[in-house]
Amino acid sequence: MDSEDETLYDEVDSGNESSGDEVDFPMEVEGNNPRERQSEDDYPFEVLSTEEIVQHMVDSIKEVNMVVEIPATTTRILLNHFRWDKEKLMERFYDGDQEQLFAEARVINPFNRNSQVINRPKPNRRQSTSGTEECEICFTVLPNSLLTGLECGHRFCMGCWCEYLTTKIMEEGVGQTIACAAHGCDILVDDASVMRLVKDSKVKLKYQHLITNSFVECNRLLRWCPSPDCNNAVRVHYVDARAVQCKCQHVFCFQCGESWHDPVKCHLLRHWIKKCDDDSETSNWIAANTKVSQYNCNRYDEEEAKVARGAQEKSRAALQRYLFYCNRYMNHMQSLKFEHKLYASVKEKMEEMQQHNMSWIEVQFLKKAVDILCQCRQTLMYTYVFAYYLRKNNQSVLFEDNQKDLESATEKLSEYLEREITSENLADIKQKVQDKYRYCESRRKVLLEHVHEGYEKDWWDYNETDSKPNAMARLPVIEHPARPNNN
Amino acid sequence: MQSLKAGHLDASRWERRLQKELMSLMKEPPPGVEVDGDQAEQNLSLWTVHMKGAEGTLYEGESFQLQFKFSPKYPFDSPEVTFIGSNIPVHPHVYSNGHICLSILTDDWSPALSVQSVCLSIVSMLSSCKEKKRPPDNSFYVKTCNKNPKKTKWWYHDDSV
Ligand SMILES: [Zn+2]
Ligand SMILES: [Zn+2]
Ligand SMILES: [Zn+2]
Ligand SMILES: [Zn+2]
Repeated sequence: MDSEDETLYDEVDSGNESSGDEVDFPMEVEGNNPRERQSEDDYPFEVLSTEEIVQHMVDSIKEVNMVVEIPATTTRILLNHFRWDKEKLMERFYDGDQEQLFAEARVINPFNRNSQVINRPKPNRRQSTSGTEECEICFTVLPNSLLTGLECGHRFCMGCWCEYLTTKIMEEGVGQTIACAAHGCDILVDDASVMRLVKDSKVKLKYQHLITNSFVECNRLLRWCPSPDCNNAVRVHYVDARAVQCKCQHVFCFQCGESWHDPVKCHLLRHWIKKCDDDSETSNWIAANTKVSQYNCNRYDEEEAKVARGAQEKSRAALQRYLFYCNRYMNHMQSLKFEHKLYASVKEKMEEMQQHNMSWIEVQFLKKAVDILCQCRQTLMYTYVFAYYLRKNNQSVLFEDNQKDLESATEKLSEYLEREITSENLADIKQKVQDKYRYCESRRKVLLEHVHEGYEKDWWDYNETDSKPNAMARLPVIEHPARPNNN
Repeated sequence: MQSLKAGHLDASRWERRLQKELMSLMKEPPPGVEVDGDQAEQNLSLWTVHMKGAEGTLYEGESFQLQFKFSPKYPFDSPEVTFIGSNIPVHPHVYSNGHICLSILTDDWSPALSVQSVCLSIVSMLSSCKEKKRPPDNSFYVKTCNKNPKKTKWWYHDDSV
């Protein structure tokens, strides 16, 4: 899966050679060799550690600076403004109004420091002839050399800068977009100035985290691994709804960041998750108070909904329908949560069997079976989201047949794995388990391929995905200059 | 340079800044504005400012009281400013509990602003008012808001009203 092929990276990976160091991004970086990973269906991606992310940021700045000769700190602000899209920055830089570009990105044009096209407040220097100046924040009169500022010319004493930046970073959690301390001045404080003016290492560290985070968040080709406690990010060459696997083993959709959710599309899944959140109270109550028969059928009986008359009955039928799919979705999710328990119990079985003179190789089929079981559950779980939105037609019927097949095969496999295995029935069980998981695997493949084919051939029609208006949405929209948003 | 510490202004600098602000507000107050100097001298972190409705505006003849609270982090942290007392101006940006929706009091605050500039902003906010009315969501807001207006996430749509 890993490939050492580095040619793909030549355009972005400037390697470890250190040039005349125009870039003084104040973070320490270790040299490293990112390793390319590839998903089964040829979607190349790479998992980056925090250090590698910083290196990547520095490389991106260097690369732009090889073409455009402006200070690295300015480049970083510009790149951030373009969400780290180098091509877009270059395009605007060479084709557009540069003055406008710098104003938009909130930096002073490095080629024209005296220009003030935008209405930015003029610095009013409270400067005396004696070489002293009053700091407008603490009202202390100090020697000129103790006051400093950005290119916009607003000067404050170093102490006030330090306190101002500390407040922004520590209390407000702002990193990338700290503006000059002067009122109404939108010029951004560059990273070198922050690192120079802030003295406390804790504040510096937090600042670096904020910068790294905003780099990842606004870079389209990067995404943090959503797994809790994981600090890796995944980098791709182009954005797509494809599966990527982090070094922590978590597999997720690069496009939306959810767990890998084939066959349902990102937007439907998002809609579904929101619906589940909104309705969780209702559905929890109903789930606790209603008996829903499970596993006997994967298809919701639409007839019941058709005879529903009147608003109340209709909304009840809609809720029943939702609960039907929700229950099945939750069932698989629940089972997947016990995945680690299943692995543990299978491992125990495997060890036991090895003590009964079976070879390590001979018992590997059990682990393989659990792997496939989990994959099937994951797929099935998302087929219920897909099915919930799917409008009935010939292809949807075929899809539901596939779903039913996979559902029952998966439950069979699950059952087999719970059976007692003895040295007498081993050969028999092994055969059955292997047959079953091969069958499951093939059914899963058939189901997915059918849905994918449907996407290509436009077979799938969806039910309305506009959620019913909730209480808030029904409130009149007030055109009001001062609408508080309490939270 | 080495003597400057991180954190907030040390007590003496915090005091000096507020003392200087108080002096200049007493000496050269914006028209219609008067700070209660004695009270402020007693407790530098809590000021009361009297404000008269400007002539020729909807608030002519009325008088109001503003309260300024300064945290130890002032001026890096904005002051908490509310109307208090029996007469709260009826204005589309002023809630009946005295909370004011004004961006420089939260999002657009800069440590280079001052009590003086806040007073000027409020005077001009009142003076430019064309119709005396409460914010449309007044009753909902007053019922649900935090006591501290700085805890409110305001939507500033239009600063010209
Ligand atoms: Zn100062
Ligand atoms: Zn400035
Ligand atoms: Zn991870
Ligand atoms: Zn997705």
